Amino acid sequence: MSAATPPAAGRHGLSPARRARNLLMGGLILLSTLLVVAPLILIFLYLLREGFGAMFNLDFARAREGLGAVFSGANLDFFTKTPAPEGETGGGLANAILGSIQMLAMASVIGVLVGVAGGIFLAEYPRHPLMPTIRMVSDVLAGIPAIVMGLVAYGLIVLQFGFSGLAGAVALGFLMIPIVVRTTEEVLKLVPQTVREAGLALGLPKWLVTLRIVLPAAAGGIVTGVMLALARVAGEAAPLLFTAFGNSAINLDPTKPMSALPLEIYRGATSAYDENQRLAKAGALLLIILIFVTSLLARRASRRK
Amino acid sequence: MSEPTQTRPPRPAALSSASDRLFQGLILLLASVIVLVFVLSIFQLGRESWPALSRFGLGFFTERTWNPVEGVFGAAAMIAGTLVTSLVALAISVPLAVASALFVAEYAPKWLANPVGYLIELLAAVPSVVYGLWALFVIAPMLGQWQLTFFNPETHPERVELYTKCAALWAENQTTLQCFFVPSAGGGRGLALAIIILTVMILPYTASVARDVIRLVPQDQREAMYALGATKWEVISRAILPYARAGILGGVILALGRALGETLAVAMVIGDSQDILKSLWGNASTMASVIANQFGDAQEALHRSSVVTLGLTLFVLSVAVNFVARVIIARLTPKGIQ
Repeated sequence: MSAATPPAAGRHGLSPARRARNLLMGGLILLSTLLVVAPLILIFLYLLREGFGAMFNLDFARAREGLGAVFSGANLDFFTKTPAPEGETGGGLANAILGSIQMLAMASVIGVLVGVAGGIFLAEYPRHPLMPTIRMVSDVLAGIPAIVMGLVAYGLIVLQFGFSGLAGAVALGFLMIPIVVRTTEEVLKLVPQTVREAGLALGLPKWLVTLRIVLPAAAGGIVTGVMLALARVAGEAAPLLFTAFGNSAINLDPTKPMSALPLEIYRGATSAYDENQRLAKAGALLLIILIFVTSLLARRASRRK
Repeated sequence: MSEPTQTRPPRPAALSSASDRLFQGLILLLASVIVLVFVLSIFQLGRESWPALSRFGLGFFTERTWNPVEGVFGAAAMIAGTLVTSLVALAISVPLAVASALFVAEYAPKWLANPVGYLIELLAAVPSVVYGLWALFVIAPMLGQWQLTFFNPETHPERVELYTKCAALWAENQTTLQCFFVPSAGGGRGLALAIIILTVMILPYTASVARDVIRLVPQDQREAMYALGATKWEVISRAILPYARAGILGGVILALGRALGETLAVAMVIGDSQDILKSLWGNASTMASVIANQFGDAQEALHRSSVVTLGLTLFVLSVAVNFVARVIIARLTPKGIQ
């Protein structure tokens, strides 16, 4: 009988103990995977339920009276107004949204310039005597806790010039560097050596080969790396606590204190006021959607290769 | 020096070598900023923590009292808090993470493996503050409710008695092992909640490294064992896990590095008490949470310097931990396996 089904031949001779252990461990592995994935789904559902209504000022309590009642007070204040004074209702997080955009833009300048240069250096000059040092330091930087980077930026900038969006952006930029370095180096190494040799054989100097042939070939991957780095630091509040500091008004001046979405989420979630908690939940929903979309797009783009 | 380059066709050598050198110099200059950031960080943290370190010396790390009012600063309670939260969270998360990696790499069909892998990676993308918000609004009330039931005087008078006894001990800053597991009515916040949320936060780091190294295990290792009539679990436990062990260890240490420095989620839920750990369910603090909660308010130079010293300690600890993790992982990247 066992000869009739060659691939599963052994199965029929399995002792009950072995079969039971196999099933048990398989079950435990499935259960563990469910446990691992559950928090993500629970968090997302919680934020959808609590944040969506808060974001548009919907009144789900009146759901029984129909859609009109739910939407009766709906508005876009969340995106256009600043937080109401403590204890009052209404307002939004326009200050934090604008602050996050400004600081992320400034941080990308540091992260992209230094990170891409670092990646080029590691991939294109592997025999340079400084290469092992820069590789090691970049790896080490990746492990430094964000809050420690906040302390560093405080000492370097805030002590001299006071709290500012720029100081926060520097801290975030420093945090972006190792991520961009690593992804840039990896995609540059994927560009075939023959492409470089073809360029050099045409008589092009190495720098032109790097800038005009190698970099464009790897551009997609580099953009992916930058997006992942942005998604990573967009959610950081710890390094902003004592650099950007926060600002309840809209601020377009990078030398003044500035707010950011994660900062407002932190303040709101630890606040005793319902209204601040409401804004925090709506802010968390917005932040998490932005981050998920960014990282999914980035991963999809990198997977296509 | 007669190198093979002799035969290279002529090109405008002077021009290109000058521009090449300029470009290389520019790239090197920008790349050196990486080293500069690192050196500035050490310099900055070292300079600012010097007042506290010179005042308290190594006693800073063993002293239990952290009292800004009297100007006495010892970090033993925060170091203990950091180590306990990180190590316990690690112990819980590693089996879960490895199991989920096994599921993605060995059990799930492709149509399921990819989305599950995605979801686990998204877990790493959730910001710390969002974990903190969720823990504060969802998990903390549940734990608080559980403590109320646990201490219900009508159903469990003997537990309430034990709690009263422990509360007296805690008031004198004394700890016993028995009392460590007695809930201390704190509304759900505290050490246990910090451990729960840290466990979730570091899961994806171990899981993704474990998944990658499990996929590197050569297919013939599996086939050889299946051919001998092994069950799936026997293949996993005897062929796959031993082969991937060192790589998984690297992922575990990487997660430890994350756990040590994780700040806001922990700062929001751990209750911020600078007393030495009393109860698993009571308030505590970690080095990172104290930095987040106190640095902004630290007026006095010595207080501020002590907080920065916590930052320096964290810096050194995470650099060491990440270095070990990277060495282990680097030794296993494909060129080592082939």
